[in-house]
Amino acid sequence: MARVLLFGRLADLAGWREREIEGDSLFALKTRLAEDNEALGEALSGPGVQVALDQEIVRGDAPVTARAEVAFLPPMSGG
Amino acid sequence: MIRLTDQPFEPGSLLTGFSKGRTETGAIASFTGLARAEAGSTTTLTLEAYPGFTERAIQAIADQARTRFALQDLLILHRIGDIAPGEAIVFVATAAPHRRAAFEACDFLMDYLKSRAPFWKKETGPDGPRWIEPRDQDHADIARWDTQGPETKP
Repeated sequence: MARVLLFGRLADLAGWREREIEGDSLFALKTRLAEDNEALGEALSGPGVQVALDQEIVRGDAPVTARAEVAFLPPMSGG
Repeated sequence: MIRLTDQPFEPGSLLTGFSKGRTETGAIASFTGLARAEAGSTTTLTLEAYPGFTERAIQAIADQARTRFALQDLLILHRIGDIAPGEAIVFVATAAPHRRAAFEACDFLMDYLKSRAPFWKKETGPDGPRWIEPRDQDHADIARWDTQGPETKP
């Protein structure tokens, strides 16, 4: 089980910010999330969305261990 | 120092504290960003961060700024949570021997915070909530630092 975190508009779209999800890779997690919520699935693959695995940005697919933290980060804007 | 806070802060006292006791600093530049509402509307901003990740990402860019502009010190304070119009969202101060480096480092840090720091900003106005993403201008602002040389003359 990975701990999945959603931020910004992704969290609003899903209706949750943190959830335990079964999946042994980033791709598997995304597939599971898209099965539950098609609009969220599309948004996760949308432009500018980055993925952090255990607080490090990763590109493409990557294996996900049990108790990993996976965060989906939409385009950032501060200040 | 880098700090996130969910409490309102007073930029003047931060600047006073930052400026104190600096016998080798010739220049301090500071920037204060305020939450802004269109006339007559009751807009609230909500800033979300990713605890731990956000501080580390800002620390990395602060370290870069220190080296690039040969800063003596810097301070970044950023609000999270709900922010009312007129309240300060962000405060940046930089200390250097000479003014150019202090000005440029402040500018550089703000351009980074606007479009690359891990914050998510929601504006709640009369038409409901809206997530704000970097504008083309914000991307153009940060791109200036990718093309300029790393040296600044004092």
